[in-house]
Amino acid sequence: MTLPFSDILAVLPELLVVGAACLVLVLDPILPSSRKDWLAWLSIAALVLCTLVTAAHMSGRTTAFSEIVILDPYAGFWKLLLYGVTALTILLSLAYLKLERIHLGEYYGFILLSLSGMMIMVSAADLLPIYLGSELMWLSLYVLAGFKRFEARSLEASAKYFVLGAFSSGLLLYGISLLFGAAGGTRLDLIANAVGTRGLQDPLLLLGMILLIVGFGFKIAAVPFHMWTPDVYEGSPTSVTAFMAVASKAASFGAFVRVLLEGLGGLNGNWYALILTLCVATLLLGNLVAIVQTNIKRLLAYSSIAHAGYALIGLVVAGHATADPGVRSFGIASVMLYLAVYAFMTIGAFAVVAMLRKGGVEGDEIDDFTGLAKRQPVGAFLMLVFLVSLAGIPPTAGFIGKFYLFMAAVDAGLAWLAVVGLLFAAVSAYYYLRVVMVMYMREPDPSAGIIPHLATSPSMTIVLVCALAGVLFFGLFPDPLVSLATHAALPMK
Amino acid sequence: MNDLVLQTGAFPWITAIVFLPILGILLLFAVGKSRDRAMKWIAFLVTGADFVLSLPLWFLFDRSVPGMQFAERTSWISVPPIQYSVGVDGISLPLLLMTTFLMPLCVMCSWTSIQTRVREYLTVLLVMETAMLGVFVALDFVLFYIFWEAMLIPMYLLIGVWGGPNRLYAAIKFFLYTLTGSVLLLVAILVLYFQGGHTFDILALTRGEYAPSLQSWLFWALFAAFAVKVPMFPFHTWLPDAHVEAPTAGSVILASVLLKMGTYGFLRFSVPMLPDATALFTPVMVTLSVVAIIYGAYMALAQSDLKKLIAYSSVSHMGFVTLGIFILNAQGIEGAVMQMVNHGITTGALFLCVGAIYQRTHSRQIADNTGLAGPMPRYATLLVIFSLSSLGLPGTNSFVGEFLVLAGTFFWSKGVAAGLLSIMHASVNQLIEQVDRGDFTVADRATGERSKDRGRGAGAGTEVASGQGSVKAVSTLATDHRPLTTLFYPSTTHPPRTTDHSEPTRNP
Repeated sequence: MTLPFSDILAVLPELLVVGAACLVLVLDPILPSSRKDWLAWLSIAALVLCTLVTAAHMSGRTTAFSEIVILDPYAGFWKLLLYGVTALTILLSLAYLKLERIHLGEYYGFILLSLSGMMIMVSAADLLPIYLGSELMWLSLYVLAGFKRFEARSLEASAKYFVLGAFSSGLLLYGISLLFGAAGGTRLDLIANAVGTRGLQDPLLLLGMILLIVGFGFKIAAVPFHMWTPDVYEGSPTSVTAFMAVASKAASFGAFVRVLLEGLGGLNGNWYALILTLCVATLLLGNLVAIVQTNIKRLLAYSSIAHAGYALIGLVVAGHATADPGVRSFGIASVMLYLAVYAFMTIGAFAVVAMLRKGGVEGDEIDDFTGLAKRQPVGAFLMLVFLVSLAGIPPTAGFIGKFYLFMAAVDAGLAWLAVVGLLFAAVSAYYYLRVVMVMYMREPDPSAGIIPHLATSPSMTIVLVCALAGVLFFGLFPDPLVSLATHAALPMK
Repeated sequence: MNDLVLQTGAFPWITAIVFLPILGILLLFAVGKSRDRAMKWIAFLVTGADFVLSLPLWFLFDRSVPGMQFAERTSWISVPPIQYSVGVDGISLPLLLMTTFLMPLCVMCSWTSIQTRVREYLTVLLVMETAMLGVFVALDFVLFYIFWEAMLIPMYLLIGVWGGPNRLYAAIKFFLYTLTGSVLLLVAILVLYFQGGHTFDILALTRGEYAPSLQSWLFWALFAAFAVKVPMFPFHTWLPDAHVEAPTAGSVILASVLLKMGTYGFLRFSVPMLPDATALFTPVMVTLSVVAIIYGAYMALAQSDLKKLIAYSSVSHMGFVTLGIFILNAQGIEGAVMQMVNHGITTGALFLCVGAIYQRTHSRQIADNTGLAGPMPRYATLLVIFSLSSLGLPGTNSFVGEFLVLAGTFFWSKGVAAGLLSIMHASVNQLIEQVDRGDFTVADRATGERSKDRGRGAGAGTEVASGQGSVKAVSTLATDHRPLTTLFYPSTTHPPRTTDHSEPTRNP
């Protein structure tokens, strides 16, 4: 069998990333431990190259490898987002790993491997590559979660992540096999045909659809499939947590939306209610449980669950049967926009958390932020901006993201869902502001001993500047991002 | 038709006024970290310059035209079409001038009382000025909402960082009340967008016509946001807490400007956009207003803390404003606008006085400040003048507004007006109480002595100046209110809807 050159060209970014990952793994033992930074810069160079390649293919729709790989603006959007997130994560890790004294070069290799899995997920038009991509993503993340080998919490996180991840992958695979049985293939267009010809009541199709939704529910951490999130987020190294919270969620959403709409679009009458239930449950539980958290990483974990709930609002709109195609497509665009905005503010918040040191260890309790505004006003201000954006208060990007989601919901005749979402946004303001309150309005207890501080470093500064610029720029001038998302959204018929 | 008086090519007055304070923040960060005094001067000069900059609007404003003037409009976000569109009419111009007038006073009254984190404090004040001015001039609903919400965080910080002992509770209470209120506002804005012809242009939306059932929904959605801000009767509980805990400048801003944003919202959106619903719910709104007037006044009587007393009297005075708006006749609305400006000046001034007194005697309890007129005769006099103005004594500014509202109420329903008049003595009592317990009786020699010692506080100059500024405004508006009424007369008597009944109702 020979591969046509055009097929190779279609997966060039993936090849670049995998190649860079291999190079990192090969170079790692050769480089002295003081030069491990080079691996990070090498990875970033590969990402820059990939960005150029992907940006050049942002129009039209081409397929490769007998139509199982697809190159369209939709995949391009997610890939560009993932490159950005990965680059920021690498810069964040550069500083964080030094603070934690983890000098292992293969860290960057695993990040890149995970990224390649995500890229396969978002540009696959077949359930099997999607499954394989998600496995590649998750297996790399299991390793990364346990990177603080000396810490029990980290190992626990890794183990938990592995067990639940394996379970959810099993469900996903089971769903895929049922759909294969019903459709005679795993390609999304074959499944769509089967849905069209075999009608809506085929139990095989329905069961397969439900299992797929459950499997993806685990990946995006939607309630009730969110149980692993807080423990894993708390125990993993903070840089990895940021990567999981943003990149793996974005990639899973990218694949999930495509599978639901391109493969199972005909069944939207059936999955609409399921997604709506997931959406409301996720909003409810994520926001309410976040209120009682005392650990900042757990707080951000629940907040990331809640944000998946907001993003699901857009998917609900996309599946709304009576809305017109333009509105449904706008729903998809609003999901993409929201996750892009979410990436900036979440990475920013995690970067501040990663910088907070209490003596030699990480300060990850909310109380560790006590009185930070007086000691380090710039850092506290940055955290304030990210938290305000997470709460969705203008003039930050977080507001813009929510604005478009709620606009899509109102346009589809789901004003009540917008009200629910906004009420929970008000609830979320309470727990985000609690951190602000601790930073600005409390004084540290003088008898407490070590007073936490933010450890600054050049690469962390770059991350924070990028995140801040994203949050403020897109909060005031969202046009570029909006037009990119609406251009890249899947067209609806 | 175009009710926007575009003044292209001319100086962008509104933009300059709104964003000058932001420029001031850059200046604050240009000076050294510990040079507090220099920063206060910068903030004062910037807010002062903003006031000076806003003065020409008063003279250039064409009083014979009802529409928006000094309007600017540029495209901002393309999908959906959101514009940077600002302008003033006779209703928003007085509020804009009131805000720019009060901000230098707020900086002045913080001169000695704020000594910690001065740069952050002044930054917060300046951000707030931009946001407040933006609310009054925005002609695009999304722009309005952004300014409306952008003010929450600075105010939260102002109360929470520089406030009194119970500041954390008051700050979060303020924040959650107002944020929850504005949740429904955003949904209403989105619904209006889709029902009003896919536009966020406030003037275009005002011309639209909406089904009566939809109007009812929208009315209550807007009500949730505006009633919390005013605050109307059942939603007022955050106000006394926030007032008591906020620093003086925070109290002034809250009472003078923030509360007006609520009534401005009613006047700008609820009434002209939703006339059927407004007519339908007038009895409810009037009842709530009257309850607020009576309840606020009686609650004020029972207070022993000066700030709480003023806070509850604000609930009462704002009741007059909402009453004036919802009795839906010319006198009522004119009186309401009049009362908004006057309440802003008078109550702001009262809080300035209380702040100055607290600075010296370290107590806001009326009983603790007995005999204050001895050691602090000028303050006692100022306090009495403002209290008289607050109760609406003829010859002070508030009389005009409250009289107009009462006159309007009389036309609307003689019974309600008579009932209101008969309980007006409550407000009078308020002053009698103050005089009786406080300022002019030297009941306890020891307390008098104590106040005397504390009366020699530093920095009295700036505070007296801020008080005198307010007195000037009170007396000017009292002796000749015509400049103000002629200013908003066209806008209140010709709300957009009544001028063009024959126009097509929907934008294409």
